[in-house]
Amino acid sequence: MALTSRAARTRSSIRPSLQVHGYRPDSNGTRRERLTALAFILPALLGFSVFYFWPTLRGFYYSFTDFDVFNRPTWVGLDNYAALLDDPTFWNAMKVTVQYVVINIGTQTVLALLLAVLLHRLTRSVLVRSVIVLPYLISNVVVALVFYWMLDAQIGITNQFLGWIGLDAIPFFGSQDWAIPTIALVNTWRHLGYTALLIFAGLLMIPDHVYEAGRVDGASEWKMFWRITLPLLRPILALVLVITVVGSFQAFDTVAVTTAGGPADATKVIQYYIFDLAFQRYQFGYASAVSVVLFLILASVAFVQLRLMRANESDVA
Amino acid sequence: MATAVTTFDEAAAASRSSRARRGRPGAGRVLAWTALVLIVLVTLFPFYWMLRTAFSNGAYLATQPSNLLPVEPTLGAFERVLGLASTEEAQAQAGSGASVNIGRYLLNSVVVATLITAGQVFFGALAAYAFSRLRWPGRDAVFFVFLTALMVPPIFTQLPNFLLMRDLGILNTYAAIVLPFFFMTPFAVFFLRQFFLGIPHEVEEAARLDGAGAVRRFFTVILPMASGPLVTLTILQYIQAWGEYFWPLLVASDPDVRVLTVGLGVFRAQTPQGSPDWAGLMAATLLAALPIIVLFAIFSRKVVNSIGFSGIK
Repeated sequence: MALTSRAARTRSSIRPSLQVHGYRPDSNGTRRERLTALAFILPALLGFSVFYFWPTLRGFYYSFTDFDVFNRPTWVGLDNYAALLDDPTFWNAMKVTVQYVVINIGTQTVLALLLAVLLHRLTRSVLVRSVIVLPYLISNVVVALVFYWMLDAQIGITNQFLGWIGLDAIPFFGSQDWAIPTIALVNTWRHLGYTALLIFAGLLMIPDHVYEAGRVDGASEWKMFWRITLPLLRPILALVLVITVVGSFQAFDTVAVTTAGGPADATKVIQYYIFDLAFQRYQFGYASAVSVVLFLILASVAFVQLRLMRANESDVA
Repeated sequence: MATAVTTFDEAAAASRSSRARRGRPGAGRVLAWTALVLIVLVTLFPFYWMLRTAFSNGAYLATQPSNLLPVEPTLGAFERVLGLASTEEAQAQAGSGASVNIGRYLLNSVVVATLITAGQVFFGALAAYAFSRLRWPGRDAVFFVFLTALMVPPIFTQLPNFLLMRDLGILNTYAAIVLPFFFMTPFAVFFLRQFFLGIPHEVEEAARLDGAGAVRRFFTVILPMASGPLVTLTILQYIQAWGEYFWPLLVASDPDVRVLTVGLGVFRAQTPQGSPDWAGLMAATLLAALPIIVLFAIFSRKVVNSIGFSGIK
């Protein structure tokens, strides 16, 4: 879901432009036109109601029940939420997820910013941009497996390389200390180019004369980056951060095919914990409560985004 | 959206010309190029390693782990994962006696991704037309409600959707994998609505005066004008559907309907001779990635530019 959810979130935050052709806000159309419109949106409306709206309501409902998937759910009020507070595995999952998000987003954002500036300064080649975005188009599972092989503790090429430069082999996926940073960096590799292209598009919107003026004043590239590029890019960076942070909180695929949450829950991120609860322990009610918490976290991230973007509107040239 | 693309290209052209003026090679520039080349190499190396391993003989991988070329080159790994090798042949190259049928998973992925994409693009276009070019009460309110679907994390709806599929008795069918994505994805509706809004009113008005109804205007005027964005959307949605893992894992683990991502996960969990069949695994991942790489090679300009404006505009 990464591509749509991430990309779509971007697009969703765009203000719909209403003052375009074909739109008359005061007009409700003829009866015939209304019926036609209904026919046109009917399939999408059906999909929305059955697969988005109704399950959302059910998800909230199940979070207040005890439900083992096979018998009817029984209402237990806030019991699941109370149990959450005393569940060490839940708190571990939160900790692991935050670690993952911090490492993934930290490295990815800094590197993507660097890469975007490099592209902006050096080349407009579509080929180069295609190459750097390629990892993002390959499925998570494929990427996870290739790195699982390259980072194998014994015969992976990465450890061979570490051996050449005189370092000890690292059990990347097998050690509790390395597993989360490893998975976070694998996903940094996958999302780097895509994130860089989003920032790159933002760089193209900064008018060239701003840099010309800076150059006339004798500013160095380094100084211009901090004084011009970064401040003018702030609204776009805020937007990019929200897309990537929201996606990062939902990491699942890489964990599922490499470590399956291990070793010793060291990589049991929140989404994997939900999966584990619902489909391996059949605690559907409790799993729903955990996913409500995930939902609330992501909603807060989006809320902060809106605030940030509004606060930064005046920055846009 | 068309205007957005133009802006993007114009901006690119504008900074290109100014860069030509200021381009002087210096130490900083060399350093910058070095960094860019390094990033490109790090991006490409895993793809090369996939190739190198897929064409290696699995039995010798452990003896020459740092050989940068295929070890004892062979097509054995591909024959093995496509079910063309005998058990003895497979085991001789560190594979498993159990058959892995990547061909079948490929077929399942093609069927599923094609159905999902076709549904999303067609129904998305219909809805986008109603949201952009027809007038009816509550239009913008309904559109807003549609967009809120983007806020809900997929896993939240997928738990109840799993129960729905189970209650309908269609677990382990193509229908279960396809249905939740088939009728609508908010992204497709939003993406096409943006483009449809930009089509001049006069174009459709001419057809209307000729007596064309909404259905005919949609098919003969709007869709042909939107062929570019429709192609872009189709590719994006296809790539997306192809890579989907979580949902098919929930509803379709049966070998007959298993898609590639799920099949690869199962394959990775097998350790026939103490460790995974690395050469076979890399051959399988290569086969899984190849259709997307080919698709992208053909349409890279469209996809790359769509990432540019879609993120910001």
